[in-house]
Amino acid sequence: MELLSEDQQLIADSAAGFLRDGHGIAAFRALREVGDDANSAILADLAEMGWMGIVIPEALGGVGLGYRAAGLIAEELGRNLTVSPFVSSAILAGTALASAGGDLAQNWAPKIATGDAVVALAMDEAAKHRPERIATAVTGAPGALKLNGRKTYVVDGGVADRLIVTAKRGDDLCLVMCDPLAVGVTRAPQVMLDHCNTAAVIFEDVEIAGADILAQGAAADQILAKTLAAGRAIAAAEQLGVAKAAAEQTYDYLRTRKQFGVLIGQFQALQHRAADLYCELAQVSSLIAAALNALDEDSAEVETLTRAAKAKMARVGRQATEEGVQMHGGIGMTDEMDLGLLMKRDRALTEFLGDAGYHTEWILRQRGI
Amino acid sequence: MDIDTFRSETRAWLEVNCPAEMRTPMGEDDICWGGRKFVFRSPAQKQWLEAMAAKGWTVPAWPKSYGGGGLSGDEQKILAEEMQRINARPPLQSFGIWMLGPALLQFGSEEQKRHYLPLIARGEIRWCQGYSEPGAGSDLAGLQTKGVDRGDHFEVTGQKIWTSYADKADWIFCLVRTEPEEKKHTGISFLLFDMESAGVSTKPIKLISGASPFCETFFDGVKVPKDQIVGARGQGWTIAKYLLTHEREMIGAADSALFAKSDLAADALAAIGLDDTGRLDDPMLRAEMGQFLVDELCFDAHLDMTGAYMRAGHELGARSAELKYLGTELNKRRQSLRVAAGGSDDLVWEGAANDAGQAAKDWLRSKANTIEGGTSEVMLSILSKAVLKLPG
Repeated sequence: MELLSEDQQLIADSAAGFLRDGHGIAAFRALREVGDDANSAILADLAEMGWMGIVIPEALGGVGLGYRAAGLIAEELGRNLTVSPFVSSAILAGTALASAGGDLAQNWAPKIATGDAVVALAMDEAAKHRPERIATAVTGAPGALKLNGRKTYVVDGGVADRLIVTAKRGDDLCLVMCDPLAVGVTRAPQVMLDHCNTAAVIFEDVEIAGADILAQGAAADQILAKTLAAGRAIAAAEQLGVAKAAAEQTYDYLRTRKQFGVLIGQFQALQHRAADLYCELAQVSSLIAAALNALDEDSAEVETLTRAAKAKMARVGRQATEEGVQMHGGIGMTDEMDLGLLMKRDRALTEFLGDAGYHTEWILRQRGI
Repeated sequence: MDIDTFRSETRAWLEVNCPAEMRTPMGEDDICWGGRKFVFRSPAQKQWLEAMAAKGWTVPAWPKSYGGGGLSGDEQKILAEEMQRINARPPLQSFGIWMLGPALLQFGSEEQKRHYLPLIARGEIRWCQGYSEPGAGSDLAGLQTKGVDRGDHFEVTGQKIWTSYADKADWIFCLVRTEPEEKKHTGISFLLFDMESAGVSTKPIKLISGASPFCETFFDGVKVPKDQIVGARGQGWTIAKYLLTHEREMIGAADSALFAKSDLAADALAAIGLDDTGRLDDPMLRAEMGQFLVDELCFDAHLDMTGAYMRAGHELGARSAELKYLGTELNKRRQSLRVAAGGSDDLVWEGAANDAGQAAKDWLRSKANTIEGGTSEVMLSILSKAVLKLPG
């Protein structure tokens, strides 16, 4: 029931077409087979279509089509389990750089848009997403700055050309642009359950130039808030695609699988659960669209809607994938079926940028309880 | 007219024509239902209705020739926004606007549209809906009220139940079996008649909330002239289903007339207070409330998107079942959380202290939400077949 502009409809159609043909779940399985968790080969195509610069303004080498359009791409990426640095580099780093402006943005945003560089955001320091808890620190006098700390679950951190690292400088938040090949940086690659690239990164007395600091203090707070809001809405859109894929496979199964001499879709117990899932997917689609529109309009509701979208999608994504496996029965547990792959990606996207509990807590606080 | 001009003119017109008393929060008793028996609560309420009806803005989307405003989708949105901006109350709410009107626009003859629609738009006739029967609830098409062909009229005999506000309504739109030889779904006709006709009687049903919004309605040989049939003989079920999609949209939209939206968080804070970490001093209720608040944001966004979709000229069709299911299940949770937060204060049934137990009465009333207009289970069955195309 979504009303899209002509541009947005074109994006949605071309994303669906491009990803279905050659970048679908079969392609994901092939990457998994050879242990490629970054799929760097797709980057040139994504850049060519303008996707890597989708939220980067034209002045910085992007196409500036906005977050709603980006969400349509993310949904198709999710539906096809396409591995790419879209969320990390195009959305998180793209938003951070575009919001910050300055020399670093002039230098790196165009490279993100052309696919010549991948930039990742290093913010989490513990198993649960708490971006406000930062022990990583920038210390020392100007001219002799050092970065020390450790980050975990840096999505696309294993293949990034630069990391945007959240750190404290005194009491201030500081966003530092760091070369992962610099002396003192150690990247530990990790094999993840959803076969997407992440790294744990350790920074030991890494030398930082003043020019490497993207923002500090109140400016950094604002940039990080906008970046996380954008990432959450886009991650939710990707998770929506994953959930819709699981649901559609399940509805198909209900229409074709026979037991007790009848199609199992004739059983009311299953019909009602399938219809409930359909309703939940319909309403969470609207919430995600509203969150993305809020980002495009820079409205006062950005924080509330992006967090609500992330929280709600975590619940609906779990429902879609769990119901999918259960309604498929034993076959749903096999690696040969795609449901398990969707369930794993859904699980990862729930943790990425904060789960339902984390964001619901924020909304309760905001309401004063 | 360009859209900015429309907004500024609308704003100026509302400023002049909406009385100050019609810009304050309203309770259920403040709803203007219209009709022959309606007693206005204040001169301002009457003035507001008449001013809006003269513009056609009680039904802004309907064509002007039928008493509507003839507004485009964008203009409707602006009118709604400008009314919301000054907290203007809806000038008129009725089943005529929500349900019968859309059905007449779709299926009525030109003569019927010109006769009935302006009466609805001006709030002169209040309608009730004769659908459910004692033996035909969820299985609505099993209805047995019969209409016997007597040449120039049908003679209607039978019983309806759960007829909302039948005792206050002027006319009824009623499903009647006029073709007994036909199959279940093709033997029904859609008739309109005056509740003051000889042979009509009503009896209110007292509910668990103490209120009596529903009636039993009896027909004993009621004469209904044949020009008061909408559509063709035997086409009633098609019209009924179309009308039900509008009823479900209405019930699904939680901000409809039936419930005041309370501020749950503020109520809970006042009743329970905070613990020393600054959180509501009831962790389990708080967690449940958190999930509810997220779901409420979600449904509100869905209503917004759906509204825009419909203003762009799309019909919801079977997807009205989706709004009905989500909206009513959500409202039941809202009302349960409200009384849970209110604790024993909300057990008090009479007296001024807690508005005569309004929270508990709303909580009880809300239990009907997932039954009336088709149960949640009927909604899920409709969606599984009409939208998901699961086998029957």
